[in-house]
Amino acid sequence: MRLAGLLLLVAGWGIDMSAVALLPSLMGRAGFALAGVAVELLGLALMVNFHLVLNAGKG
Amino acid sequence: MTTHPLASLSDASAVLCVLLVFMVPMACIGLALVNTGLGRSRSAAHAMLSSLCVCSVAAIVYVIIGFSFQGAPGGQAHAFAIGGQTWNWIAAEPFFLRGLRFDFSPVSMIVLLQIFSVGLASLIPLSSGADRWRLGATCISTALLAGLTYPLFAHWVWGGWLAQLGPNYGLGSGFVDAGGSGTIQVVGGLTALSITWILGPRSGKYSQSGTSAAIPAYNVVLALLGCLFAWIGWLGLNSSGAILLGGVEPSRVILVAVNTTLSAAASALVAAAVTRVRFGGPDASLVANGWLAGLVASSAGAAFLKPAAGILVGAVAGALVPFAIDLLESRLEVDDPGGAISVHAIAGLWGLCAVATLSDVGAQSGSRGQWLAQLVGIATLLGFVLPLTYGLNWLLNRVYHQRVDAEGEWRGLDLHELGAGAYPEFVVHSDDFIQG
Repeated sequence: MRLAGLLLLVAGWGIDMSAVALLPSLMGRAGFALAGVAVELLGLALMVNFHLVLNAGKG
Repeated sequence: MTTHPLASLSDASAVLCVLLVFMVPMACIGLALVNTGLGRSRSAAHAMLSSLCVCSVAAIVYVIIGFSFQGAPGGQAHAFAIGGQTWNWIAAEPFFLRGLRFDFSPVSMIVLLQIFSVGLASLIPLSSGADRWRLGATCISTALLAGLTYPLFAHWVWGGWLAQLGPNYGLGSGFVDAGGSGTIQVVGGLTALSITWILGPRSGKYSQSGTSAAIPAYNVVLALLGCLFAWIGWLGLNSSGAILLGGVEPSRVILVAVNTTLSAAASALVAAAVTRVRFGGPDASLVANGWLAGLVASSAGAAFLKPAAGILVGAVAGALVPFAIDLLESRLEVDDPGGAISVHAIAGLWGLCAVATLSDVGAQSGSRGQWLAQLVGIATLLGFVLPLTYGLNWLLNRVYHQRVDAEGEWRGLDLHELGAGAYPEFVVHSDDFIQG
């Protein structure tokens, strides 16, 4: 779960970078950039969940 | 390649800049006092010694390798091209500051400012790792922050590809962060989050059912005094950053100082009001955190905000911080004794957003484009800086265990690591918070 979270964080950033570099219109870039941030938030949620489970396991 | 050169300063402006840069260590003193005051008395000397050590490590590592990766706007850098546009990603300056002239040139002042700034960023994770982070680990982790994470992102923001999103891709004025809300505060805050995750919560903080126990700050007076020191330091940090890194006219330092102060004041008052409503009286440690959050949020755009906007920036930061601290501690089980993640990462991210919504920069250069530039910067912090700093500290933890053992945590880091307590004449303390 931790690795998936980290990969989603990096993937979200990659979407943002690609949107800026490859898309011509501001609206297209903004849409993909927001999608990239959403992917990052998903990754962050996985990281949070992983550490919650880890803490519960340690008791 | 070489990016656009720095504007030269008049003699009077250069003297002003140097004086402002000399004020920045006050911010380090402030954070050190806040970190110590919000921790436990049994680790007080350790907290203050750690502050001294991480500032020392940060300064030396930054001078040896950090500046060669960060550079200054206008310096030598490596770049690659995509679709005809250059992406300036890392500086190419020599190690050990070789070839740098130590005079009143903007580059030499930037080096000095950055030595202090990287020390400030390194102090932030100390707060979240309080009472359980070994001294040796704090130093090695700081070396990674000062040698790689901080310089790389700082280069992108101050002269690199994030700064050039404006001219290269038409995104407003590019990513704007004159005083370091993102570069110093969020980078430090995300490192604090990584450290908290890697170390785990303090013993006795959470029960089996996940309920958190309150572990009160041992000296709130120290923390509040730290806030006042931090205020002076932030005036220097925001003002010198605006001139040297934000390209602002030196005459605007008055506006920067007004906005910095208003933001901190509004943030502290709102935090006091929020805690008054929630707990029946203002909570001193949360108000201290609110004050700091206002300073943090002001850094990115203090030079570009109208005073009314400065108050709004602070007010939002002050409203966010108590809830963020509660959410992290109670719901997400992130044991952050000093509230560093909420104060530095969350308020810093808000400061970056405020540049696009409330500042002159957004209004002048097209609000949508500026919004997108700020969004890309925030995405870079979450998608690049967080995985990098988490990965580096996770690797460090594999080869050098960062957390003190259970016995050391119970005795306190002062006795365990330093061999003597901060207050040897006041040794009696109960273990009310240690369970099992």
